[in-house]
Amino acid sequence: MDPISFVHQQLTPAKEFPPFKPGDNITVTYRIVEGNKERTQSFKGDVIKRQGRGYTATFTVRKVSDGIGVERTFPLYSPNIESIVLNKTGKVRRAKLYYLRERSGKSARIREKR
Amino acid sequence: MTSIFEADGRQTACTIIEAGPCVVTQVKTPENDGYHALQIAFGERKEKNTPRPLRQHFAKANTSPKRYVREIRDPEIQKQVGELITCDIFQEGEIVNVIGTSKGKGFQGVVKRHHFRGVGESTHGQHDRSRAPGSIGASSFPSRVLKGMRMAGRMGNERVKVKGLRILKIFPEQHYILVSGSVPGHNGSIVLIEK
Repeated sequence: MDPISFVHQQLTPAKEFPPFKPGDNITVTYRIVEGNKERTQSFKGDVIKRQGRGYTATFTVRKVSDGIGVERTFPLYSPNIESIVLNKTGKVRRAKLYYLRERSGKSARIREKR
Repeated sequence: MTSIFEADGRQTACTIIEAGPCVVTQVKTPENDGYHALQIAFGERKEKNTPRPLRQHFAKANTSPKRYVREIRDPEIQKQVGELITCDIFQEGEIVNVIGTSKGKGFQGVVKRHHFRGVGESTHGQHDRSRAPGSIGASSFPSRVLKGMRMAGRMGNERVKVKGLRILKIFPEQHYILVSGSVPGHNGSIVLIEK
């Protein structure tokens, strides 16, 4: 076995998550550590990118909160992610949905895949 | 390189180094050689591809021929010829330096090689100046270019020491050491770890 897969087999716990893609609407529940207090928060939005592969992969979720676009990038294998829930699968033609940043309102919607 | 998650959930970039086991092939002493050093060897090598003098040298240390041989000046550890140096001389959480040969970059300009900023702007009628080195000195005095003037040239492929890397994890059975951050050289190249 090559060293990188060996190290991750030892140190990175395997995780289960739904197979989500760019354009999908997901809810990420993650832990926040403040001092010695810990709480969970959820972030619901559209996946605009999945980047990297293997244990260092990340994904970016975008939502519009009070009229302001908010994006968060999570490492896929982060131990702080408690769960990922797939709400809707979207129909998109691109792997990276950066064009959503310039759009708002109706044109920023993603059609649902049926 | 890869990255792992630490106990507090932070992602840390790290490099896996196969650290040893290295065999001590010679102990240099001030009486014999004028200085104190350990000669250590690492990596297998076929006997038929090893010159006979080297084969005899390794036979003295009671080992098979090795690919790489390096000398450690004034070592802190005491070892005899034929003994192994493994990754258990390091501890997790320890700060180490890693020495290696950096990747060769070829003939590079001053912007990449010395972090110059180039001359002029890309518009306003200027052209071909945005990666130029600018002036390299005065005119009739000194009538020459001063030694050590930073110019374009070969970059990389030189000895580099990266200081202050933290040992994140040690796998003694596999001889793997996980070190935070990056390390000089290509994948699979040889480095020296010092405390």
